[in-house]
Amino acid sequence: MTESQDKTREERLELFRQMLCIRRFEEKAARLRAKGLIPGFLHPYIGQEAVAVGICDQLQDSDVLTSTHRGHGHMLARGAEPRRMYAELYARKTGYNGSKGGSLHMIDRERGFLGANGIVGGGIPLATGAALQLHRQKSEGIAVTFFGDGATNEGSFHESLNLASLWKLPILYVCENNLYGEFTRQDQHQSIKDIADRAASYGMTGVIADGNDVEEMSKVAAAAAARARKGEGPTLIEAKTYRHRGHFEGDMAKYRPKDEVEHWMSRDPIDLYSVRLIEEFSVSEDELQAVRDAVEKQLGEAAEWANEQPYPDPSESTEDVYVDNYEGAALR
Amino acid sequence: MSKKFTYADAIRQAISEEMDANSDVFMIGEDVGESGGVFGVSQGLWEKHGAHQMWDTPISEEAIVGAAVGAAMMGARPIAEIMFSDFSMLAMDMIVNQAAKLHYMTGGQLSMPLVIRMVTGEGGSTSAQHSQSLEAMFTQVPGLKVVAPSTPEEAKGLLRQAIQDPDPVIFFEHKLLYGSSGGSTGETVPDEPMRFGKGRIRREGSDVTIVSYLRTLNHTLKAAEKLAEDGISAEVWDPRTLVPFDHDGLSASIKKTGRLVIAHEAPIRGGFGAEIAAWAAGECFDDLKAPVVRIGAQNSPIPYSPVLEDAVLPRPASIEQTVRNFMHQHG
Repeated sequence: MTESQDKTREERLELFRQMLCIRRFEEKAARLRAKGLIPGFLHPYIGQEAVAVGICDQLQDSDVLTSTHRGHGHMLARGAEPRRMYAELYARKTGYNGSKGGSLHMIDRERGFLGANGIVGGGIPLATGAALQLHRQKSEGIAVTFFGDGATNEGSFHESLNLASLWKLPILYVCENNLYGEFTRQDQHQSIKDIADRAASYGMTGVIADGNDVEEMSKVAAAAAARARKGEGPTLIEAKTYRHRGHFEGDMAKYRPKDEVEHWMSRDPIDLYSVRLIEEFSVSEDELQAVRDAVEKQLGEAAEWANEQPYPDPSESTEDVYVDNYEGAALR
Repeated sequence: MSKKFTYADAIRQAISEEMDANSDVFMIGEDVGESGGVFGVSQGLWEKHGAHQMWDTPISEEAIVGAAVGAAMMGARPIAEIMFSDFSMLAMDMIVNQAAKLHYMTGGQLSMPLVIRMVTGEGGSTSAQHSQSLEAMFTQVPGLKVVAPSTPEEAKGLLRQAIQDPDPVIFFEHKLLYGSSGGSTGETVPDEPMRFGKGRIRREGSDVTIVSYLRTLNHTLKAAEKLAEDGISAEVWDPRTLVPFDHDGLSASIKKTGRLVIAHEAPIRGGFGAEIAAWAAGECFDDLKAPVVRIGAQNSPIPYSPVLEDAVLPRPASIEQTVRNFMHQHG
């Protein structure tokens, strides 16, 4: 992990690759769902890749994070395997959650990804508790939690930030303000414009960042993580960004004005970074294309592998209700 | 030891012993640390175990339980306290949507060794928002375990088991039992954790099995004494844990008596007695000589007035009367 200013070409290409991998993963998932291979909901992370990749660029092995219903991006940024994610979406038993969770609850505990969450704001107290335990253990690790503008109106947000600030917990609260809480525009669901302003009311540092600039996100994360690791407490980071698609796959997002959508599409984080790589860091178009090809190949193989995975046996539906079900008594 | 061993003492000891055994056990809740708890249950624990294991929180039930869930995800064994079980409603997302389901939804990747202690039941004019018995809200949620001890020894054994249990446990403590010291089993060794799913016959009988728990159990025992004077032999049976429930133990008692009554403090409609009754009517049908009867609170909020409270909640006299009438009809 290096300071953003000192990034090597390889590190920069890696940031590009990670963002692209998320983008293509989500696009492919949408197509697979349209083909009937993925049941249930999908909430595409498309457009917000720079936030996940930028923040996770500053995380260490001992760090943990919680996410939202729009969690595939954070999970991939943390290094999760696309094939096991597709397998979970395909409801196969070798998916990350043994087909018990699906998109909304996907988790890779080994990589410190403590789970997407189906409840808006649900991951915020959980990450706060994770930070509490890291603090108790005097660990170097920190917790990070991602949530949207909508979640900042849930009680869980307010209670958690108050507690973390009071106890100086090692945590980053990362708000991805994509201007919409489900179908409702931000100015229709809260009276403030800058969510980072709320930090002051908890006695916490608040930072606003361009959520479509991956290196800016990394810089902001570096400063906040350093603060947390030094025991100086939490930071509320507000990343201004936009989702390209609707709230869920299938939502045509007619509630968003055309000019607003066009403006944000012109600020696509991956396009912006490709231009920077070529113009400022002497990366060639061929190098970028090589990355694109590699990502396509990896995801193609991942989806194929996933489709070959076995389905669970119906009897597995009673497994994992408890660790100890008292010889079945707890299931009756 | 000359001082009586009370229900509160039992809980305090269980927590302290488990904290001594494992530094990952910690308490988190309102006024639990420096103040020793509003009911004095955690008196002395902060001095003994320190701030590392005793966390005083703001009034934030969702964050209290949520933080406990998050810490448990990282390997801690938190004991979250809900000052009045009524307040658990503020934390229901964290209990029902998160804690109860995380082990399952993650295909076993996350464990949730969490205890949520809730102070439950009537308090003597503590009114509708500080007097409820909400066990059925939690027994209805797969993934939770629900424990309801009625005596000091069992409170200690069951709480130690709860803390050591790898799953989320809702641990109900009746607020009016804290000062009580009765009901010694004479058999259990207080220092052993008590495995869940095993009920106990509190009073042997042959005419009717009365299932009862928490403070209502004491009312039922008093009623059984009176009934005995009239030749009605009631077997009073304490499940001790609602989930897992000792179905085999209760079946054996029903086989013996042929009649089942359930008496609890929670409202009758949809109370945990309804689950026991439906189960018994199905599984023990051949052994039953009479319909199953439930005794519980009237289906109303709990009023402030002592006169009205007595009308709403089950009392020894009302339990006795209901069972007597039942036996006249079906004895």
